Amino acid sequence: MHFSGFRVIKEALTGHKGWKPLWRDPEPQPEYDIVIVGGGGHGLATAYYLANTFGEARVAVLEKGWLGSGNIGRNTTIIRSNYLLPGNEPFYEFSMKLWEGLEQEFNFNAMVSQRGILNLCHSDGQRDAFRRRGNAMLLAGADAELLDRDGVRAMYPFLNFDNARFPIKGGLLQRRAGTARHDGVAWGYARGADRKGVDIIQNCEVTGFRIEGGAVRGLETTRGAIRARKVGVAVAGSSGLVMAKAGMRLPIESHVLQAFVSEGLKPCIDGVITFGAGHFYVSQSDKGGLVFGGDIDGYNSYAQRGNLPVVEDVIEGGMALMPRIGRARLLRSWGGIMDMSMDGSPIIDATHIDGLYLNAGWCYGGFKATPASGYAFAHLLATGRPHPTATAFRLDRFARGHVIDEKGVGAQPNLH
Amino acid sequence: MLIPHPLLGLRDAQEFTYLGDAALLDRPDGGDEAAFFDYTYLRDNPAGQHRELWFHEQGDRSWLVVTRDTRTHEIVSAELASDVKRRGGA
Ligand SMILES: Cc1cc2nc3c(=O)[nH]c(=O)nc-3n(C[C@H](O)[C@H](O)[C@H](O)COP(=O)(O)OP(=O)(O)OC[C@H]3O[C@@H](n4cnc5c(N)ncnc54)[C@H](O)[C@@H]3O)c2cc1C
Repeated sequence: MHFSGFRVIKEALTGHKGWKPLWRDPEPQPEYDIVIVGGGGHGLATAYYLANTFGEARVAVLEKGWLGSGNIGRNTTIIRSNYLLPGNEPFYEFSMKLWEGLEQEFNFNAMVSQRGILNLCHSDGQRDAFRRRGNAMLLAGADAELLDRDGVRAMYPFLNFDNARFPIKGGLLQRRAGTARHDGVAWGYARGADRKGVDIIQNCEVTGFRIEGGAVRGLETTRGAIRARKVGVAVAGSSGLVMAKAGMRLPIESHVLQAFVSEGLKPCIDGVITFGAGHFYVSQSDKGGLVFGGDIDGYNSYAQRGNLPVVEDVIEGGMALMPRIGRARLLRSWGGIMDMSMDGSPIIDATHIDGLYLNAGWCYGGFKATPASGYAFAHLLATGRPHPTATAFRLDRFARGHVIDEKGVGAQPNLH
Repeated sequence: MLIPHPLLGLRDAQEFTYLGDAALLDRPDGGDEAAFFDYTYLRDNPAGQHRELWFHEQGDRSWLVVTRDTRTHEIVSAELASDVKRRGGA
């Protein structure tokens, strides 16, 4: 089934009876060449690129729940490539370029919207840091503009410019950044992978690894044993738990991050605004809800819900930045469990176990990485070599002293 | 979350700063590079009961070892870290 404007009109005129499920529901086969653990955005993207770009034929994705039940369906949908460090920025810009062609490539509407992201600054020092970051972005082929106070005022006159503690002095704008429909991304990749013959198996939890002579041979699952030559683990906030089953400890803690949506409002924010000083970021969904979030709760958690003090803190940040949102009612909030790695950066690497590969540590910024993460992980699984933009995401970088400490807070995952 | 401080009774978790796994109490010799790498970076990160360090920064500035269920946020117990250390570590 190919999506097109013609198809939409035809279905509208014939009672929408022709739509089909987007992917099959196959039984697990006893054996695959490559099995991906985790049917989130990264796992599905990996399977898609394995089959579509690298020509792998016998691939499966195992998901313990339903597709989209993890962070791919829980995030605040922001995509951007405004990173600073050489280990990071080219990778995120590669991801941005993939986002730009994604919907045409997999013929699915993921509502990629390049509405721009504006990071506000509140001091001369922060402005200097943004200037440096903007230059790093330009050097990596991304776009960046430094706005002064008037430039920000022309875009968003309703912001609180004269906050006594954090007056707005300007901002770093990336116009090509924006948002995407998060579960649409998962569905698009799932459909694309399925069309190329990937078996997507839901309600199939991986409960153990078969490792013989230092090499992975397959997996134990709630739907029986499955043999595999190679296994790629991409389970987001569960990396610690899953890799423990292979006997590995990771430089990762799992933490909860909350997100919030207001009632539907008339269009009032056309881009993404971030207030780093108070830690608050906001955009408006196409249905009108203000989508926003802030800091993680700050302690290890697998609860998929947060606690009230952080709700208060996030909303205080929002009120400080744009007092008028105090009139909006909060519709709902939820939490997602994320890997917080010890330097705040991801891991895409082979492990010391032959044939076992790890994609982890995305912290609260992994949604934007979905296309590049999938591409780079597929590249590693298929060729055995890291993708050129992901050579710094090594598992042993902590031991070697080559951390990618974008935020500069060291080995403190609850501060990243 | 309320933390049952052994000296001060129930205190709001917001008064505390979180440091992470209570195993951090057992700091290895800096000369043992492999052990120090483990200590600094690797974590058990369990789902379930977790012994962890909370600093009562906005209170009596004591360090506590809190046992908490990471799946439910339920707090099972809290002890002074100095007592735990005196008993022979985490
Ligand atoms: C509230 C919130 C807001 C966020 N906002 C943003 C944002 O604006 N921009 C951004 O870039 N990033 C954001 N993120 C981060 C981003 O969502 C994640 O980093 C990213 O989605 C993680 O990758 P994933 O999509 O593959 O994860 P997931 O969708 O969580 O996929 C992992 C899958 O693995 C499955 N799994 C786990 N264990 C097993 C097992 N044993 N067997 C089989 N399957 C298993 C899970 O069920 C899950 O479906 C946010 C995160 C949260 C929680």
